[in-house]
Amino acid sequence: MSSFVQWLTESMFLWKALIIIVIFAITLGIAAYSTWAERKVAAYIQDRRGPNRAGWGGLLQPLADAGKMFFKEDFIPAQADKWLFILGPCLSMFTALMSSAVVPFGNSFIIGGKEVFVQAIEINIGILYVFGVVSLGVYGVMIGGWASNNKFSLLGAIRAASQNISYELAMGMSIIAILMMSGTLSVREIVLQQHGGNWNIFYQPLGFLIFTVCAFAECNRTPFDLPECETELVGGYHTEYSSMKLGFYLFAEYINMFASSAVTACLFFGGYNYPGMDFVETQLISALGANVGHNVATLIGIGSMFTKILFGIFFFMWVRWTVPRFRYDQLMNLGWKGLIPLAVANLVITAGAILSGYKLVGIWAGLGLMIVLISVGWSLRPKKKNAIMGA
Amino acid sequence: MQLTNRAKKTDKSELSLFERSYLPSLATGLGITIKHFFQKKPTIEYPEQKRYLGPVFRGHHILKRDEEGRERCTACGLCAVACPAEAISMVAQERVKGEEHLYREEKYAAVYEINMLRCIFCGLCEEACPKQAVYLRHDKFVPVFTDRSDVIYGKDQLVEDMNQRYQRDAWTKEDAMKLWK
Repeated sequence: MSSFVQWLTESMFLWKALIIIVIFAITLGIAAYSTWAERKVAAYIQDRRGPNRAGWGGLLQPLADAGKMFFKEDFIPAQADKWLFILGPCLSMFTALMSSAVVPFGNSFIIGGKEVFVQAIEINIGILYVFGVVSLGVYGVMIGGWASNNKFSLLGAIRAASQNISYELAMGMSIIAILMMSGTLSVREIVLQQHGGNWNIFYQPLGFLIFTVCAFAECNRTPFDLPECETELVGGYHTEYSSMKLGFYLFAEYINMFASSAVTACLFFGGYNYPGMDFVETQLISALGANVGHNVATLIGIGSMFTKILFGIFFFMWVRWTVPRFRYDQLMNLGWKGLIPLAVANLVITAGAILSGYKLVGIWAGLGLMIVLISVGWSLRPKKKNAIMGA
Repeated sequence: MQLTNRAKKTDKSELSLFERSYLPSLATGLGITIKHFFQKKPTIEYPEQKRYLGPVFRGHHILKRDEEGRERCTACGLCAVACPAEAISMVAQERVKGEEHLYREEKYAAVYEINMLRCIFCGLCEEACPKQAVYLRHDKFVPVFTDRSDVIYGKDQLVEDMNQRYQRDAWTKEDAMKLWK
């Protein structure tokens, strides 16, 4: 028994369990308040006030919503496949919660002489893990849509599946450019390499653009929310869902937003890094001592990470209330004819820049050259004769 | 055929490559929405905040008293006749000796009732009244009913309270114009 207690205190087990629980709680909390923020942002953009009755500024609204969801009838259609019908939202929620496991939310705490990373698990294939889990997320939608035994649900699910597969390609290729620069798959390593203000966004502007667009598509957010397109498909894959099962689907969307904002922050905005972090850390260490100073500096780093994440979530909402939904053929055109070729070009440019030895200059020069080439090609294209416009 | 000069000419020329990238219009759109995000909201949060409705608003009815506190109404019934919704009913009674301080005229309304579900707040009773007795207040609504028995307002709810006399903010168009400045 004593050896077990000793093992518990000496190993990282307790600290890791604590960190996992805290990250889990923060993820759920942020996702819950994203629903509130979404309504507030929507309201403010449309010159309204938004929810302001439940608690101060409507801050208890998520609780009220959850309460409402729980008290709705939990209905399963007679023709539905019961087990798959239940499995769908569970899988959606499960994969959504898993994806933030490899995200480093901060540097490390030094507690009792041990260094504890502020990250649930550090694995050397972090990015692959994120992509694997995110791809699994399609199963939740697909199973839910299929099990509902409803045409609209099935259509929504099929749309979701094809959309996610199409955009994962471009997303993956925009990430490969980052991986070529960093030479590692570990998210922590990628963040460490962006120390200070040396963020990847300056090296990969096009990659960032492609990644963001694909992240919107992967999260099924407007302008790519065709899977749940109300105007065409009633509610898409969750047409038949009610009560907390529907709540799980909607909640999973917000968790996915949080996770993709976190991954974007790590890959392109330096995660917990911020300009002047070394100065802050040395000042804190000289003022508070090595351990406490380091821990406080880590806390500030976590603050910078969450600032980036929250801005990312705000950006998701900002775009949602600005841009109308794409048509399905436009969505596919953009994915296959627009983003994938651009991602490949970005890959080639990055590779060339890395080989040339001047990364920053090379990439920007390459992008400039690409734009020039595309515009020349555009101006030389055969002009279509249009009877209506020619009149 | 041109009906008005408000028609806008739309530019139907082919989009340039830059425009086709969708990014410039996206940026413009985001700019517009963020501008609205930080704009002052025009909402008036009703139960807490009430807007000024103007001196001519027709709200809760009131049966005026004169300066000495005597009821002005003489129960002539012209308001009831004028009422298009037939919301007003009354029972007249003769003033007896010793009641001169209560009623101005020799005849008064012993019962004066307005059915607020029927009333359409048109203000024709106010116009019909020869004694300047009935008015529609500009500063008070008839509240929501939760019970049918609350619907008919009697004299207890309609006659003016001498401690809180009703005064309209403006009687003439000129005075009303001053209010908005």
